[in-house]
Amino acid sequence: MADATGILVFGDAPGGQLGATAGELLAAGRSLADALGQELSIAILGADVGDAPQQAIAAGADQALAVTSPALADYHPDLHLAAMQAVAADTNAGIILIARNNEGRELAPRLAFRLGVGLAQDCLEVAADAGTGRLLANRPVYGGSAVAVVSCNQSPQIAAIRPKTYEPLEPDAARAGTVVAFPVDIDPAAARTRVVDVVKEEAEGIKLEDARIVVSGGRGLGGPEPFAQLEELAGLLGGAVGASRAAVDSGWVPANQQVGLTGKTITPDLYITVAISGASQHMAGCSGSKAIVAINKDGDANIFKEARYGVVGDWEKVIPALTETVRELTQS
Amino acid sequence: MPVNICVLAKQVVDPEMPAAAFRIDSDARQVVPPPNIPPVVNGFDENAVEAALRIKDAQDAAVTVISSGTAFALDVMKKPLSMGADELVLLQDDAFANTIDAFLTVQMLTAAINKLGGFDLIICGRQASDWDNAQVPLGVAETLGMSCITLGKKVDVQDGKVVVERLAPDGYDVVEADLPVLVTVSNELGQPRYPTLRGIMAATRKRPTVWTSGDLELSAQQLEPRITLHDLFIPERNQECELIEGDDDADAARKLALRLREDRFI
Repeated sequence: MADATGILVFGDAPGGQLGATAGELLAAGRSLADALGQELSIAILGADVGDAPQQAIAAGADQALAVTSPALADYHPDLHLAAMQAVAADTNAGIILIARNNEGRELAPRLAFRLGVGLAQDCLEVAADAGTGRLLANRPVYGGSAVAVVSCNQSPQIAAIRPKTYEPLEPDAARAGTVVAFPVDIDPAAARTRVVDVVKEEAEGIKLEDARIVVSGGRGLGGPEPFAQLEELAGLLGGAVGASRAAVDSGWVPANQQVGLTGKTITPDLYITVAISGASQHMAGCSGSKAIVAINKDGDANIFKEARYGVVGDWEKVIPALTETVRELTQS
Repeated sequence: MPVNICVLAKQVVDPEMPAAAFRIDSDARQVVPPPNIPPVVNGFDENAVEAALRIKDAQDAAVTVISSGTAFALDVMKKPLSMGADELVLLQDDAFANTIDAFLTVQMLTAAINKLGGFDLIICGRQASDWDNAQVPLGVAETLGMSCITLGKKVDVQDGKVVVERLAPDGYDVVEADLPVLVTVSNELGQPRYPTLRGIMAATRKRPTVWTSGDLELSAQQLEPRITLHDLFIPERNQECELIEGDDDADAARKLALRLREDRFI
């Protein structure tokens, strides 16, 4: 595989439109391709990928492969993996980027092991050394307390990129690129696991990931009841309510409200934390916020090292007064 | 036939240690274990032990815990036994130090699993709190050719298949597969049980099986590193926090709201 060349990213096309993380991967891949003087390709997987290939070229790809099979209509790790393996073998890319989203958490490690190569996991930043062709990846470890710089020793070099760390490029409809039909023959019987039920537990109102303002509560709230006060504040601000893992583990709020390394990654304009200490594992899910507000009675809490605004005080006094003032400001 | 269950568990530095105790040896590119804070069993791996024991509570099952590392604190690693697991297998060798390279760890674990004759069900924590790699379980499944279900919050075995409630961003999916299967679990599974006094006594009497690299017959190709670690550092934080003060907490809160309005956040 010494002659492996080119950058390959994987994407999807929900509803025939290029998926959100694919645009982020193309931005990361474009910078690598330019640094190395190589081509950037995207493999878009689905039963019907619609306009996504053209959108991918506008978003930075030199080549877009429409990797289609009826078996790829819904996400199934075994079937998607088979398609990815076929594309990796056919394109012989030197570098492969995969989003570390819900699907990529499964697909990236499995593809790496199937190919017998290393995976730089959960990367915040990737850079290429033009001399050696080596991909250097910065990835948080120890819950975000440290950063490791790693590279892969074999080809292809594979990196999983944390969502929302790269901004998609501004779409340029004039960009030139080729669209290649890449039908794959995937046997649905290769799926070894079966989804027998899908249970939705979506919180009402604005989705946490989409909210411009998020109010989160932590262990220091002491119970589930105070979250009603956070809901009231978030409601006035047109925002959503999140929580630390401690609050989820205590059963105060549903798991899908967890923000952090193993919960949701959010990038709101304003992130108001209430009685959250700011452990690195929590910050891993919210450090992309434009501004963080810390409300905590412990002035030494780590959250004050991450916050732009802080109030050292008792949330039971702070939240009602904050809520009332916000009500006056937003309704006047 | 009892369900033959394996849990993969890792010894890690305590992630709950104070931030000030977290130190890095830049030259060695490794975290310095804090001197007075004992290591722990990785939290998600304790969830995995709990998942296995819940199956054992309900039906005939045997639970073997396997761990790979260099220097084990035996009293720490015996915790799964005191919770109720049956066997402990420690893969202990200086050759097992490079755990940022998930590929190497998987070679050791799969060699041990094969040597033990394989399992109906392997349960793993979703990731370890040191390198946060979240790769070893998936690598074990790939290497052994097992079906794989990730991010379980509930794991049941019935009629030769495993049924898992798998976390999804907006709820959960119920996923099933025929045994043998590898399942990863997350903290949403619920708190691991506390060891009982009886369990602790029983664990004290149990001796772990200890294997070194020589016992596992790994080839040079298997031991070829896949990942190079170039640097390890503690990221700098440049955020200046503007502390909003007032006559009392409520006054500070009002001033905070006004400041946020002034800066056009609300």
